[in-house]
Amino acid sequence: MSIPYTKKILQYFLHPKNVGEIEDADATATEGSPSCGDQVKLFLKIDPETLTIKDVKFLSYGCASNIATASIITELAMGKTLEYAKNITWESANKELGGLPPVKVHCAILAVDALKSAIENYEHAHGLMKEKIPTDDRILMKRLRGVINPVAGKDVVSTKLVASVQIKDGHVKIEVALASDHQFYNNISSEIIERLEPLWDVEDVEVIPNEN
Amino acid sequence: MKRIYLDNAASSRLDDDVLKAMLPYFTEMYAIPSSQFSHQDGIEVNDAIEDARDAVADYLHVKSSEIIFTSGETESNNLAIKGYARANASKGKHLITATSEHRSVLNTFKVLEKEGFKVTYIEVDEYGHITPEDVKAALREDTILISIALVNHEVGTIQPLKEISGQLEDYQAVLHSNLTYGAGYLSLDMGDLGLSLASLSTDKTNGPKGAGVVFIKDKLKINRLFEGNFNEGYIRPGMVNVPAVMGLAASVKMFQNNSGDIERIGKLRDRMIEKLLKMENTVLNGPAVERVANNVNISFFRAEGESIALHLDMKGISVVTGSACFSQSLEPNYVMMAMGFSHERAHGSIRATLSKYTTEDDIDRAVDAMSEVVQKLRDISPIK
Repeated sequence: MSIPYTKKILQYFLHPKNVGEIEDADATATEGSPSCGDQVKLFLKIDPETLTIKDVKFLSYGCASNIATASIITELAMGKTLEYAKNITWESANKELGGLPPVKVHCAILAVDALKSAIENYEHAHGLMKEKIPTDDRILMKRLRGVINPVAGKDVVSTKLVASVQIKDGHVKIEVALASDHQFYNNISSEIIERLEPLWDVEDVEVIPNEN
Repeated sequence: MKRIYLDNAASSRLDDDVLKAMLPYFTEMYAIPSSQFSHQDGIEVNDAIEDARDAVADYLHVKSSEIIFTSGETESNNLAIKGYARANASKGKHLITATSEHRSVLNTFKVLEKEGFKVTYIEVDEYGHITPEDVKAALREDTILISIALVNHEVGTIQPLKEISGQLEDYQAVLHSNLTYGAGYLSLDMGDLGLSLASLSTDKTNGPKGAGVVFIKDKLKINRLFEGNFNEGYIRPGMVNVPAVMGLAASVKMFQNNSGDIERIGKLRDRMIEKLLKMENTVLNGPAVERVANNVNISFFRAEGESIALHLDMKGISVVTGSACFSQSLEPNYVMMAMGFSHERAHGSIRATLSKYTTEDDIDRAVDAMSEVVQKLRDISPIK
């Protein structure tokens, strides 16, 4: 057995594509994960007529998965419309790379988020934003599909780690099916908080372990 | 190209003479070590194990009857700490350790907390040190056990055990130490250090895997962890790993004549640290003095540790990092967090641990590779 990265991941790690800055970028976004420490910055050049991505580059302060997923996402987004690019998922990035090790799948989220944020920033600046939707259980569950269970390499919803969700007056409570001394509890709870706190009408997020 | 192995604090290459000492116990003297009323094969192996016990006792300056063989560092720490705490709970239920200890120590204390013991975790300073005053402040009348490693496994900090034990005169508390990361590098005189309990393995210092030692002073009361036959004084039942124990004994004999190696390794460590600190935005983790001779731990800001380690691995160099990306729990290295470091400092940290097989050429090539790799990663970093 060798290092659990596919040849393609190692290839992108050694020779990342679309790395660098766009000096006159139309939109940028930086996504960072305080819990793991990684950061990705994404730059977009956009054709205002067709709303397509003319150029995309990234900078990464992160591990091999982070560099490889950021790289593959720039390739998936290049030349595409904003509508299309917004819907690129971590699953498609992961599939394209031949499968990240389960414990590393969460790295793909950061790059996907950076692309989404950069597009939202562009839409916001150009009055293309749609109406804000109030956060409900459904939106919480949808966002939680972007938190990865490092044991399985799949999201915490489909692996049944989310026991319940609740939002009341901007206060979110998430019950998880994990004891607080689980190997990944600290990681998963901070990822849940990072994932939900940016929602426009969420004030705070509490994660509740299951100690039984 | 020959790989450059700089992860000796995880495990190390077996010394050739140690291997020679082990080999007969695989294919010639393979019986169970057994006391007199057995067969000749068992008696011969038993004699060999007792010779090994004498050698370890000699190395630690204690009596042979105070030495118990185990399967390694983790079992030794579990046995010494759980065994002593459980056997002496009637005297008090307060225990002391430090936040930077090895997982096999910290997780053992967590189990004892669930059993009703109270544990004080002394916070280490930014160099990983605890002071005798810290221990004094944590001591209570009902404290029964203190566990402080002689050398920290991540950053090589040497703790002032002698000064710490010197404070214990008026207290019932006894001092335990995990000696593993100082084995072969520091003088291990139990009386001089004031230890009542100690754990030791030599697999980080060219000894074998699968053998460990617990030193138990004057047969202090210890509960065994599991049941079985009556060997090792019925403190540690189960088959003694005879070849590994013979290797362990051979390695501690080797330590008694290795001052030349230690001096050379220390010079290589200093050479590596000096060269790496000449790079921009680098910092040494752990102390500059009072540091074990084989430990280098450096943080490179604006470059991520797993990426550094992976690039180095592909160049044939084995190191580890304290980055969250690399850890089994996806959290930054807990020793560095305990030392009060920022996530960023842990994120870009690299540990290189040397052995007597490390050469000056290895160090120079590793430094050149690190310099190249870190520059490459800084070039693509969004943090300027």
